Order: sequence, then C-alpha cells, then structure tokens
Amino acid sequence: MSEKGQWAIETNGLTKAFGDQKAVHGISLAVPRGSVFGFLGPNGSGKTTTIRMLLGLAEATDGEIKLLDHQIPKELQVALPKVGALVEGPAFYPYMSGRNNLIRIDSADRFSDPSTRKARVDAALERVGLSNAAKKKVHAYSLGMKQRLGLANALLKPRELLVLDEPTNGLDPQGTREVRNLIRSLAAEGITIFLSSHLLTEIEQLCDHVAVMSAGKILAQGSLAELRSHGQTRLILRVDKIDEAVDILKTQGIGKIKFSKENMIAPVAEDIDVAKINEVLVKKKIKVSEIRLEHPSLEEYFVDLTGEGFEVVR
Amino acid sequence: MFAKSLSLSLMASELRVMFTRRRTWAMLFAIAMIPILLAIAVYLSSDRLAPGEGPPFLDRVTQNGLFTGFTAMLLALPLFLPLTISVVAGDTIAGEAGLGTLRYLLIAPVNRARLLVVKYLGTLVFALAGTFTLMAAGAMIGAILFPVGPVTLLSGDVIQIPEALGRMALVALYTTISMMGMLALGLFISTLTTIPVGAMTGVLIASGVSQILDNLPQLSWLHEWLFTHYWLDFADILRQPMELSSFGDNLLLQLGYVAVFGSLAYGRFTTKDILS
Ligand SMILES: Nc1ncnc2c1ncn2[C@@H]1O[C@H](COP(=O)(O)OP(=O)(O)O)[C@@H](O)[C@H]1O
Ligand SMILES: [Mg+2]
Repeated sequence: MSEKGQWAIETNGLTKAFGDQKAVHGISLAVPRGSVFGFLGPNGSGKTTTIRMLLGLAEATDGEIKLLDHQIPKELQVALPKVGALVEGPAFYPYMSGRNNLIRIDSADRFSDPSTRKARVDAALERVGLSNAAKKKVHAYSLGMKQRLGLANALLKPRELLVLDEPTNGLDPQGTREVRNLIRSLAAEGITIFLSSHLLTEIEQLCDHVAVMSAGKILAQGSLAELRSHGQTRLILRVDKIDEAVDILKTQGIGKIKFSKENMIAPVAEDIDVAKINEVLVKKKIKVSEIRLEHPSLEEYFVDLTGEGFEVVR
Repeated sequence: MFAKSLSLSLMASELRVMFTRRRTWAMLFAIAMIPILLAIAVYLSSDRLAPGEGPPFLDRVTQNGLFTGFTAMLLALPLFLPLTISVVAGDTIAGEAGLGTLRYLLIAPVNRARLLVVKYLGTLVFALAGTFTLMAAGAMIGAILFPVGPVTLLSGDVIQIPEALGRMALVALYTTISMMGMLALGLFISTLTTIPVGAMTGVLIASGVSQILDNLPQLSWLHEWLFTHYWLDFADILRQPMELSSFGDNLLLQLGYVAVFGSLAYGRFTTKDILS
C-alpha cells in the first residue's frame, strides 16, 4: 500500500447535471487529511449532491473523485469502509430499535467483524449518549435522537474520514452544542472531518478549512485564516474633536475615513499599532472614548462573494 | 477470515428485518386464516355440497380434513397470495429507498448486486413461509374439524396420511416456485421507484393482467409464456403417479422470468443514482 496522500478528498472538475440544471458545476475540492473542512453553502447550492457523488450514491456527470486516495467510483468498496457518513439527515427502520438498526447496517458491511459487532454498536451508542434509548424503537425517537443515531452509525468502526451533511439540522441549542462538541473530540483524534452546513457560525466554530459553495460552484476555498485575510481590517474610533482627529490620522497614513453616527471608521492594515495611534491622539489633547480594530469577518467576505448575502439562490 | 460469513450476515439481517415487521406476521396470519375460515364455513353449513359443486375439492373437505389445505390454496392463488407477494416484492428496493435506509446500506458499504440477490432471496423465503403456513394451517384446522384418513387422489388412487402430508409440502414448494417469476418482476419494478406502494400496486396489477390474458382463448399462443399460467397446475401433484411435466415447464418458465427481470433489475439498480 502506498503512502497516504496529502488529501482526504480530492475532486477535479466534478459536475452533476439534473436535466439541464447543473446542481454541481465543475468543482475542485482539496480537503487536507486531518483537517476539519467546512463545506459551506446555502440550501440548494449542491452540497448534498456533491456528497452523494463522493460516496458513490450518484454518478458524476463529469470530473474525477479521489476519496482517501481511491478512485471513485472504481474503488468505492475499498474506500467506503474507512468512511463514516451522515447524508441528507438520518434514516432508519422505524419499527426496529436504535440498536438493531445499527446492527443491521453493520451486518451489511462485509468488511466488518461480526464477533465485535455488538460491542462496537454499544460503544457507538454510548459515544453519542444514546445508551439509555438503545432499545427503544426508532419511531419513538425525537429528531435529535435520530440525528445522534445517524452519528453513531458513522462511528461504528474506526474511520479515517467522516462526511457529515448538516449534522446539527433540526437540533435544539443543547443538542447542537453536544453534536459540535462530539465533532471537536473526533477531530482531536485526528479523523478528517468534512462538514457541510448552511450556517456560517457553525463553520467558523468548528472548522479550520472551508470551501464556499453557491449555485453549484466553489466561490472560495482555503484555510479559515486565508479566507479571513481577504477582508479589510478597520479601525473604529470615537473622539470629541473629529476634524482635528481626521488630520492627525492622515499624518499616520490613515485616510478614506467614513462616519457612522459618532464613530469614525477607517480601513487599515491588519498589523497596525492601535496603541501608538491612541497615544498620538491623546498627546494632541483629543479625548478618545473608543478605539479598536475590527477584523474582517467571514460573513462580510461571503456577502462580497455572493453579492446578495447568504440566501437561497435558486 | 470473516469471508465466509459475508453474505450470510446480510442475509440473516435481511430476514431479521423482514420478520421484525408486524406487517410480515400480519400477512402470514391472514394467509393462515384462509383455510381456517374456509373450514369453519364448510363445517357450519348444514347442506352438504353435491360432488363437483363449488371450487374443486371443496366437496371433499368434509370427508377428509386433509383436503382443506389444497382447497384453500386454490382460493388463495388468484388474488390473496399474489397480494402478499406483491407487498413483499414491491417493497424490496423501493421500501429502503423510501425510508432512506438504502443510502446507508450502500455506503456501509454493500455491493449493489449483492443487495439485489439478498433482497430477492428474502422475498423467496417469505413466499416459502406463506405457502407452508397456508398448507400447515389447512392440515391443522382440517384435522380438528373433519375426519382424517387416507386420501383419495384425483386419479382415484389412495395414499396414506404421511404421504398425503408429503404431497402438501410439495404443493407449497410448487407454489413457491410459481411465485419466483412474479418476485423477480416485483424486484425489478421496485428498482424503478422510491414509493413502495407504487411498486406493490404495479406488481399486483401485473399478476391480474397476466391471469386475465391467460383466460382469453384468442391469446392462447401467449398463455404458456404468462407467469401465472401454471399456478393452478399444482393439482397434478394430487395424481398417482405424479404428473411432473407441468412442474418442469413451470420451473423453466419461472427461471426464465427470473433471468429476464433479474437482469433488468441488475441493469437498472447498479447504474441508478440514489437520490432519496
Ligand atoms: N433528484 C433531483 N432531481 C433534480 N434536481 C435535484 C435533485 N436533487 C437535487 N436537485 C437540485 O440540485 C440542487 C442542489 O441540491 P442539493 O445538493 O440538495 O443542495 P444542498 O444540499 O446544498 O442544499 C438544487 O437546486 C436541487 O433542486
Ligand atoms: Mg443538503
């Protein structure tokens, strides 16, 4: 077996057409091994469709996929045992218990060891906090419990990659927090996590890399830090004598000042020395009631990218 | 190492899922009720049927309880048995697709061709369970309500009780084989949709149409190609010596259907996008 490559997921020009609509339009993903990779995009942007192609559920119209260095769909059966996934929400047999549902799915996987099956199922249930409800039939589960059972299913075996499609959908704030903590702890074990979400805050909280999807295309991709650096850092300032302050700021190389209520807002370099500017202003007898840097948020960057903000585009 | 348990694991799991469902047990229960209701009705009716009146064998039930199963099979074959068969066969892939469990099975991963085979064998086990349930319930209720003794066959020969029980098992087996074509058709239709009820209805309609066509003399050239054509020929098992030619013809026809619709199901399912 060759060395593990750099990428957990690699696609090249991946495309999926439904009729003449291209749900996914020539995307090239590069998901580094060991990363927590956010796949961010509004509803209908093609996230689930992409995931279906990655897992061999749907055939790509065009393009190439490598999943854990295996060619997809050719080497699907070799790649999939190393991948745990939650796709488009959980799905189970309602008339069977949570535990029996997991046993069923694990029995389908001919690479998994029947002698450890029960122990693995119980461990996965424990991990997602469902041990007490393991014997209940799934039709009696809340959406949150189903979502966790879906995660337990993804964790039935040691995995190299977890593909999680909107794992906190439909959860209450408490459940959302628990799932996010679970994802963090899995990431800490070194498992690569590919997390799709339409929630920017979720991606910002959990991920170190991100790709931004809109209408089937990737608008931006890279580490969170890289993407943040696209935005403009701003200096926010509130003073008593505005005109004098403007002149002084000019001597410090700060122009293009805008005003918003009593605040002055100026674009600055991100490594600007705020303390020094404060010192200069104070020396000139200007009273500074507020001075701070505002770092560019991802949200602004997305608004820049998508133009109309984070809405359903189609 | 676990290579041997590969397909067995999934097969066992498939049967466990099928027999966990209340629906499966309800259908088997309903199948068992056919001979039971029939026997009770015959038992309670005071007028004796003249020989040859009513469905074949019905007049014999009162003389020998062991005929209950055969008579019930005749009654169940046109509609009720195909109904249960179409529920199970239509559900195979469409049911999993409708629930969404299909995508989780496929990424488990299970090879698609393997899943089809296991699904088909599962429905065959149900058909076997159904036909044996019917014959067993028939023998039991017949033995409770009516005298039981050596059975006079259609040919006039008499066979002893153990052999009669053996023939009952053969009838169940024959009927299971008769269902193989319809099960394969159901499997194929089931790969076409994500709505199980649609697939079930489709299969049931197909069996109805096939039986109607089989009754139109103008289409006699078509008859021997219809998957329902030999269904009622299980009566040949009740002759001495047993008439095995229909057995063979039926088996060939059913295997033909399995080959054709099995291939169609394979072609469809292995290339299908799973979008549910
Ligand atoms: N089975 C399908 N047939 C036709 N169009 C589809 C199908 N599934 C998804 N689409 C379309 O593809 C686009 C992307 O959908 P999806 O991948 O589910 O988006 P997301 O997961 O990002 O919300 C949507 O415009 C949707 O309408
Ligand atoms: Mg989606």
